[in-house]
Amino acid sequence: MSELTGRTAEELGAAIAAGETSAVEVTRAYLERIDAVDPTVHAFLHVAAEPAVAQAAEVDRRIAAGEKLGPLAGVPIAVKDIVVTKDMPTTAASKILENWLPPYDATLVRKLREAGLVVLGKTNLDEFAMGSSTEYSAYGPTRNPWDTSRIPGGSGGGSAAAVAAREAPLAIGTDTGGSIRQPGAVTGTVGAKPTYGGVSRYGLIAFSSSLDQAGPVTRTVTDAALLHEVIGGHDRCDSTSIDAPVPPVVEAARRGLTGDLTGVKVGVVREFAAAQGAEPGVVAAFEAGVQTLTKLGAEVVEVSCPHFEYALPAYYLIAPSECSSNLARFDGVRYGLRVGDDGSRALEEVMSLTRDRGFGPEVKRRVILGTYALSAGYYDAFYGQAQKVRTLVTRDFTAAFEQVDVLAAPTTPFVAFPFGSRTADPTQMYLADLYTIPSNLYGGPAISVPCGLSEGLPVGLQIMAPTMADDRMYRVAAALESTQSPRLADQTPEVTA
Amino acid sequence: MAAISREEVAHLAHLARLAVTEDELDTFAGQLDQIVSSVARIGEVAADDIAPTSHAVPLTNVMRADEPRPGLAREAALAGAPAVEDDRFRVPQILSEEA
Repeated sequence: MSELTGRTAEELGAAIAAGETSAVEVTRAYLERIDAVDPTVHAFLHVAAEPAVAQAAEVDRRIAAGEKLGPLAGVPIAVKDIVVTKDMPTTAASKILENWLPPYDATLVRKLREAGLVVLGKTNLDEFAMGSSTEYSAYGPTRNPWDTSRIPGGSGGGSAAAVAAREAPLAIGTDTGGSIRQPGAVTGTVGAKPTYGGVSRYGLIAFSSSLDQAGPVTRTVTDAALLHEVIGGHDRCDSTSIDAPVPPVVEAARRGLTGDLTGVKVGVVREFAAAQGAEPGVVAAFEAGVQTLTKLGAEVVEVSCPHFEYALPAYYLIAPSECSSNLARFDGVRYGLRVGDDGSRALEEVMSLTRDRGFGPEVKRRVILGTYALSAGYYDAFYGQAQKVRTLVTRDFTAAFEQVDVLAAPTTPFVAFPFGSRTADPTQMYLADLYTIPSNLYGGPAISVPCGLSEGLPVGLQIMAPTMADDRMYRVAAALESTQSPRLADQTPEVTA
Repeated sequence: MAAISREEVAHLAHLARLAVTEDELDTFAGQLDQIVSSVARIGEVAADDIAPTSHAVPLTNVMRADEPRPGLAREAALAGAPAVEDDRFRVPQILSEEA
């Protein structure tokens, strides 16, 4: 393994800017690492080796020409394959979009390219981002670099595994119910979900539009903040994008690294502590993390968020409802797969056959569940009630943030589980997102930062902040990270087949 | 609450334009029933006087000036289509013989 793949994105950007190495050299080092370990890890669905080297050469030329680029210029990045990339396959890990080449770049990808980041390729995920283990990818699962018999989390398992296995220093994920943070926690990486609307959704293949949010997957909190600053901000192409400047996240992360949290009030949610099913090792690592925050000067208090326990059931009505509507666009007419069009069948039948062949089991389950929840006679009982729960969860957050600056919770109830252990029972799989879903319903930012090991596997600690106070969560997360030596992210897991 | 029947799943799948096999009808009926019973308790707290929230960001219509500008080029729009004829999307027949 090249020494270059051991560095953080911040270090790589600085070395490239100082002329100690070049974007091409760094890109080649990561492509070699991908060649060496991706046959085992399977983090990537598509590696754009030649375009990446060409893009890196262009960045080197811009730097040589004296162009002022950002701190991540020349740094490679992997992008979750639900974000569209011009002339690069985008499949959402579904057979229905096999070999599809989008005609445009998502806004966040355009921003990455403009800032000089080099797109290495597209990472694996649960089909259409529906899942918590990356086992629902139509192209086969990704393996957790810490233990290849275990899941890398989901839906962004590919992005998290790519960063954990040093196949990319940075990755983009999307988080609808925890799909950035939960894979981050189980692979020992940092996963940040910015405030809803803080990063443009233009060019994200929609799953649940009122919840989906793109964000950074990285090795360190500072790297996440640097990437957040590149992709954040208002976008005219996304009418739900917030028209306000990106909060000072990099400055906050640097302040956090000084390790002083004096004057910061951290709330621990009582109802989470009482929730059933959390593994003792996860709880112990979380409690040790909270102890550390106290030692750094933070005041830790218990707060009550009585409706958080209803967030998971509300999510599993809202997300499938929105997905059943969003996925109606996959009708075999304008792009993607078409099945059964032999001249003997009418459109409706071709559509049904196409969707049957193109969608995997979890997508079908959610489309049917969503159709049920939105159907006449059940709408008020399910979808309508779920939207009221969303109001109650939001009120809980608002009340909590009147007492404290941030909330802390475990990111996941359990460490990475073995493949196949939860696929038989969807409701068991859904529990993986128990602690992450409330902030999606509320729309505030949340980050998962590694806080220790349980049974030799990584555990994440989650920091949630008020809407548009993303800087607060970066400060607290960076402070926690500063106490770790070596950082979990610096311990490269040995990848074995 | 009544259990979700195979017939109901078949009807929902039809509404969603999703062909399903006999095996899938059995599997989904059982799983949907389990999922729906596990989420039904949201009714415990969602009282009449609570307003629903559909979105984390309060939204009003976002308008822009109505200025003509070029759209996606025809070749680009058709490039990913499963079937193309005479520079258009070719669609299976909408009405079947017997309709």
